[in-house]
This record gives sequence, C-alpha cells and structure tokens, in this order.
Amino acid sequence: MKYDVIVIGGGPAGLAAALAAKENGAQEILILEREKELGGILNQCIHNGFGLHTFKEELTGPEYAARFIDRVKEENIPYLLSTTVIDLARQENGVTVTAVSRENGLMTLEGSAAVLAMGCRERPRGALNIPGTRPAGIFSAGTAQRLVNLEGYLPGREVVILGSGDIGLIMARRMTLEGAKVKCVAEIMPYSGGLKRNIVQCLNDYGIPLKLSHTVVDIRGKERVEGVTIAQVDEHNKPIPGTEEDYSCDTLLLSVGLIPENELSRGIGVELSPVTNGPKVNESLGTNIPGVFACGNVLHVHDLVDYVSEEAAEAGKNAARYAAGSGTQEGVEIPVETGGAVRYTVPSRICPDRMEEELVVRFRVGKNMRNAWVCVYAGEKELLRRKRPVMAPGEMEQVKLKKEDLKDALSLRVCTEE
Amino acid sequence: MPIIELTCISCPLGCPLKVETDETGNVKGVTGNTCKRGEEYGKKEVSAPVRTVTSTVRLTGGAAPVVSVRTKTDIPKEKIFACMAEIRKASAAAPVHIGDVILDNIADTGVALVATANVEKRA
Repeated sequence: MKYDVIVIGGGPAGLAAALAAKENGAQEILILEREKELGGILNQCIHNGFGLHTFKEELTGPEYAARFIDRVKEENIPYLLSTTVIDLARQENGVTVTAVSRENGLMTLEGSAAVLAMGCRERPRGALNIPGTRPAGIFSAGTAQRLVNLEGYLPGREVVILGSGDIGLIMARRMTLEGAKVKCVAEIMPYSGGLKRNIVQCLNDYGIPLKLSHTVVDIRGKERVEGVTIAQVDEHNKPIPGTEEDYSCDTLLLSVGLIPENELSRGIGVELSPVTNGPKVNESLGTNIPGVFACGNVLHVHDLVDYVSEEAAEAGKNAARYAAGSGTQEGVEIPVETGGAVRYTVPSRICPDRMEEELVVRFRVGKNMRNAWVCVYAGEKELLRRKRPVMAPGEMEQVKLKKEDLKDALSLRVCTEE
Repeated sequence: MPIIELTCISCPLGCPLKVETDETGNVKGVTGNTCKRGEEYGKKEVSAPVRTVTSTVRLTGGAAPVVSVRTKTDIPKEKIFACMAEIRKASAAAPVHIGDVILDNIADTGVALVATANVEKRA
C-alpha cells in the first residue's frame, strides 16, 4: 500500500501536519515517532505559556500536546511509536521511508509525499571546546529537563548554567524550585538568547544572576564536577585575563543552542541552509525534492510552539495537495534576499503564482534593535514598511506578504533599516 | 509620580511596561502594553504579584514515575516555595488524567493543584 502522506516525527509539528493533511483530503496518513509517546519535546516542557495564540489560554506543554494528540486519535490517523526512521529515499512518484522498531522490525513504507518534522537537538559540550576535565555532572539543559520532569531525578544540587537559551532559563527555575541552588547563568553574547519573559520569571524572580559576555573557561573535578571558572569575554569572545571567578558546583548545564536534526533530509538530497541548518523551502514549505515538505524545528528553530503548529499545518496541507496531484508545480520561484540585520527567511523562495492570497514569512535578526524598520521590497518597489519598537535575536519575527503585491515581482528582499 | 518599569510575562512578546503609581502605591496607569492582559499584569505586579507554579508529583503504579502538575490558577508569588514544599510531599496513584485534582487548596491559597498530563496504569 502507498500512503498519501508520511509524517516523520510525532511532536507538535508532525501532529499539526498530519491533522492538516487529513483536513485537506489525504486519506492514508502515517505518523512515525521515535519515542514511546506522541507529543515530542512538549512532554517534558511542563511549564506554562503554550497555546495563548492557538487556544487563547495558557497551557503547559503536555496539555498543549494532548489537544493535538486527542484530535489525531479522533480522526483515526494511524501512528507508529518507538519507531525510528533510518532512511528516506526518492522513488518515481514519491518517497520510500525505511524505519525500524522492536515490534515490526524493518519496514519499507511508500508515500506520495513526506513531511519532515523531526525537530532539533541540543548543541553538546563537544561542540564548545571548554577546557578542563571530563567529570560526571555536565548535562545539556534538555537532558536535565527530561531527568527532572519525566524520570523524577534531580541531577544536581549546586548548579551553574552556561548559555541563556530558553531551556537553560526554564531549568534555572525548575532546579531552584526542586531545591537546588543555581549560582548563575553565564552567556557569552552581550544579550540573552532567550525570551525576555523567561529572564523575568525564571531568573529575576529567584535572584539568579545573568552574567552577559561571560563564559566557562575551566571545569574542575575528577569523578564529579567540583567547580567551574567563569570569565568575562571581550568583543571577539576571548576571555579577558584577570576577570576569572571560581564557582563551586556539582553540575554544569549547557543551553547553548539547538540544531535542526537533518540527517534524513541530507540523505535524500534536500538542500540545507547554512544559516538555519534546516531545509531551504519555498512558499509551500516544499524542499527541492518534489513531495518532501518540512516544518517545525527541523526547518528552523522556533521560540513559540503556536507558530510551529501554524507552519506545520501549511506543510501538511501542501503535502496532501501534492499527494492528490492537485497542487500545481508550475510557475517561477523568486529568491527572497535578506538585508540589514535579517539573517534568514522561511521560505527562502516564493512562487507568486502558487502562493495563497497571503503568505507569512518568518525571520530572525542578528542583533538587538530598537525602533528599527522591517521593510520588504520587490525590486525597487517598497511593499511593506513596519516599525518595530524592539527586535532581538532570540525572538522570531514575521511579515505577511500579499499575492497581489508579488504579481510582477522579479526579486524580493526582506530587510531591516535603522 | 513613581514609574515602575516591567517586562510583561503574560505572553512571549514580553512588552516593556511602564506602571505609574501615586504616593500611596495605587496604580494610576499602565503604558507600553499591547493587550488587556498586559495592563492587568502591570497592575498586579506592582501590588500583589502572582505566578502559576508547575512541577511534578510522584506517581504510584503508573507507566511513568512522575506526573506533571500546575496550580489551577495563579497564586501569590510569595507562596511559591510553600506550594513546592507541599508538592514535594504529595503523591498520586495512576491512572491520572489532565485536570484531575491532586491537592485541594494548596498552601492555603484556595487554589487546587491539578495534573497536566495523562498517565495510565503500568501495564
């Protein structure tokens, strides 16, 4: 049997994509999930703040996931748990997905379309070049989150956190609530990578210092972490001699960035963006491989799950249309160029003929900005100019483009102007 | 008039708020917010700040060792650690479903502690 749409990943992106595929006429859908439950990373994100946009109420991660899981079950969309996809390959009219599970062994599945919704993973210590010994007690923030929230272990008593990404900030509060002492959060950049609200409610509420332009320059301890040394860095991120401070601690948490998990995408030949590490996609969230769509954190790392659900629904819809042969593949794609502080856009190419009446273009800026303009140009023509009081690298931005504006456009540019 | 500057935590936008108060601490106005929730947050934060507490409680006989919980509504900020003390002592028996009350009136706040995940009995 050939599936219409195979969704790889049963987290927030995969769930929303599968539901949208169903709503848009796909009959045979299958979700493949590596873990033993649907819900993805939301299952361990037990804090609140999810769903304000989608459900107009503030939910915790598991509650947000449950709303989608319930709908997937109501719609009788089949899913396989504890199933790892090991290969994705092109075939004449679609894709072949190779997956393994303890229950079913090796499976070869065929689909007309596939949605990549594998999410991302944390940047590990090995990618950081921190000097010092290699004792136990060094965890990524997400691993600590899993240990505390799903497995019921507190991984340490005295904690230093390197990196101020949202997971690190959330874990600073979580460890504090569980009785650990979080001594400080060190961030190498002069600004935090996390949401402002998390600085307030996770650090300021508990008197945890945030040391900007600081990094860990030494880790001590043989069997277990005994302490770390933190130093201030200069504008080239080099530690400044004489600024070292020693902190005694038994645990170092790393919250130093997330990397989209694209081994499968690479295997099938999906073109990746060097900026996002995720697939380059067009207005339909389609990759360069026909029938392969991408959404969620595998495409680009999001700060809000609500936007993941929104984006994934687009991918699911377009995958369903592709499978039905109804979405046209005709038309010329124009590249979306970036300018000013805009680091990337998703999508990175747009076909004005194929786009809907309105298209959301998401992007991030590379620095903190106040009262800057977000501008969109088609050639020399200004399509949009919007003033933003505050923009930060940690917070995703978006603009909405109208189909009628792009009718005769030959090039498109999204930029900031100061 | 004293003006207190805050970052709104009602949603991930994190609007910069200015809360103007009079000499006695009464709120005269909130600016910088982009929605009603921001105004309410500004008023409360300078008079009686509140937070939602989320954590986990031990679970017996369940498919998982713990189940996630939240205070059903916001509670006074100064009660957070009193809440946590009760949460740490609490336990629940599987199965547990979203919304099930784990503790009534946690830390004398009048607010219930409820489950935020579904955990079935261990197979």
